[in-house]
Amino acid sequence: MNLFDYIRPASLDEALSAWEPGAAWLGGGTNLVDLMKTGAMAPGKVIDVTRLPGLDGIESLPDGSTRIGALVRNSTLAHDPDFAADFPMVAEAILSGASGQLRNAATVGGNLVQRTRCAYFQDPWSPCNRRDPGTGCAAIGGETHNHAVIGWSDRCIATNPSDFAVPLAALDAVVEVAGPSGQREIAMAAFHHLPGDTPETETALAPGELIVAIRLPAGARAFRANSRYLKVRERTSFAFALASCAASLRIEDGTIAEARFALGAVAAKPWRVAEAEAMLTAQPPGAALFSQAAERALQDAAPSGENAWKIDLARRTATRALALAAAGTPARMPALPASTFGEPAHA
Amino acid sequence: MSHAISLTVNGEARAVTLDDPRVTLLDLLRERMALPGTKKGCDRGQCGACTVLIDNRRVNACLTLAVTLDGAEVTTIEGLATGDTLHPVQAAFIDHDGFQCGYCTPGQIMSAVGLISEGHAGDDPERIREGMSGNLCRCAAYHGITEAVLDATRRMADADTASDADERASA
Ligand SMILES: Cc1cc2nc3c(=O)[nH]c(=O)nc-3n(C[C@H](O)[C@H](O)[C@H](O)COP(=O)(O)OP(=O)(O)OC[C@H]3O[C@@H](n4cnc5c(N)ncnc54)[C@H](O)[C@@H]3O)c2cc1C
Ligand code: SF4
Ligand code: FES
Ligand code: FES
Repeated sequence: MNLFDYIRPASLDEALSAWEPGAAWLGGGTNLVDLMKTGAMAPGKVIDVTRLPGLDGIESLPDGSTRIGALVRNSTLAHDPDFAADFPMVAEAILSGASGQLRNAATVGGNLVQRTRCAYFQDPWSPCNRRDPGTGCAAIGGETHNHAVIGWSDRCIATNPSDFAVPLAALDAVVEVAGPSGQREIAMAAFHHLPGDTPETETALAPGELIVAIRLPAGARAFRANSRYLKVRERTSFAFALASCAASLRIEDGTIAEARFALGAVAAKPWRVAEAEAMLTAQPPGAALFSQAAERALQDAAPSGENAWKIDLARRTATRALALAAAGTPARMPALPASTFGEPAHA
Repeated sequence: MSHAISLTVNGEARAVTLDDPRVTLLDLLRERMALPGTKKGCDRGQCGACTVLIDNRRVNACLTLAVTLDGAEVTTIEGLATGDTLHPVQAAFIDHDGFQCGYCTPGQIMSAVGLISEGHAGDDPERIREGMSGNLCRCAAYHGITEAVLDATRRMADADTASDADERASA
């Protein structure tokens, strides 16, 4: 690990003015400290934001939206009874990620900014355009099981690993940030960037900007009765997604009035396709319909290596997630969150 | 730049001067506080061997920078027993053979203590297995571990009920 200056500002203003190029915010540290150990990240200054006042609450705003402070721990959010009842697939996605210990430490802000799990990115001796622009991409022609099948470029084929980000994208969440030039809001759809020619620019955050909150709009609550997150992984628990899908439906009189779904682990951002969602509206829920919509969402998919199987897996995952959502949000969080195991056979 | 921090470890107030901010809580405990019960497996959050409680929440000591812990209360495996009386989770691990080589055991036990106090798993074996999935066991003593956590959960719930009854009786 490189040597760094550690500071723990007591106020937001102090934090923002402490920032300098090469500095990193420290939340729970579960991603930053890990990557500093491998050498993939080497900030000269670590600014601990975990004690900034006023950023650790979950509040309902007068306009009906829900505001989650950036420092709320992942476990605190997922187990908040009101939050989990209103946004069940967000809670399920969080509980399907990492472990109890990690979720206790991880902040929601840090979760959104966590870096890719591309093994070459984590290894500072491998060429990697995302870590060291212009050095090449070791994953192309290498091991690609957790790499993208959509939205990738010839510079970088990495995926975003966050489970939490997937339902947030589906529900049109908004990220509130503060920075040197004041406060602003970023729609989840615009928060994570596709790699294009600049894979090093992972998010819409400008240098020195800090996430202060994440907001779910009032309308997101309308999906609470039919919302699921489904995550396919190499073991039942404590593994990143190979493909995942957050699916939510608003069903009125047996007809889908509105549908939202986003795919995870297939691209550098949660993958949402408006046309695919539109195919579901005004239709009765059904397996054939779900499979056509999933197919549409992955229309532009192409393998980035030896991972063509992932396109099929993602399509089936989305189809199944939509069917689970149509069957209804379970009364209680499943024992194995976001898993197909333990689901009734007919689901 | 050195950093002076004060924290409580297993109930004892400790003042530490860190001349290097890179020290993790895991290394602080093992190398500087003579508390080697907390184990280093992966050092990257992947195995759970380093699980401790910070302010009564289970976390991985290997990913926690010690410098962040000014004012925190840390509990390690060494702080669980009361004199010669084992904590119910420790006793249950012995009763149910919740280990083979024992390397993962301190982390398993601390994680179980955290899980039980979180209160979401209850006495459902499937929820316990899921809740303990951040603790790997190379010897695969998982069957005994699950039985031990289940039994400890029940014993601690019974003890709570009994002490509530005592309180009511004495009130
Ligand atoms: C073994 C292991 C398994 C995991 N499995 C999963 C999984 O299955 N699914 C999943 O989704 N995640 C998983 N994770 C990742 C975990 O969810 C993230 O590490 C965690 O959410 C990051 O949050 P943090 O607060 O610890 O972030 P930190 O490590 O503190 O920070 C992460 C990044 O965000 C930046 N940052 C922190 N706070 C802010 C802020 N407020 N504003 C702007 N930038 C900020 C930091 O500078 C850093 O670059 C796993 C992690 C590990 C170690
Ligand atoms: S896929 Fe992206 S992150 Fe991975 S090595 Fe290539 S450039 Fe780096
Ligand atoms: S040593 Fe901390 S999780 Fe493995
Ligand atoms: S008992 Fe040997 S690793 Fe768990």
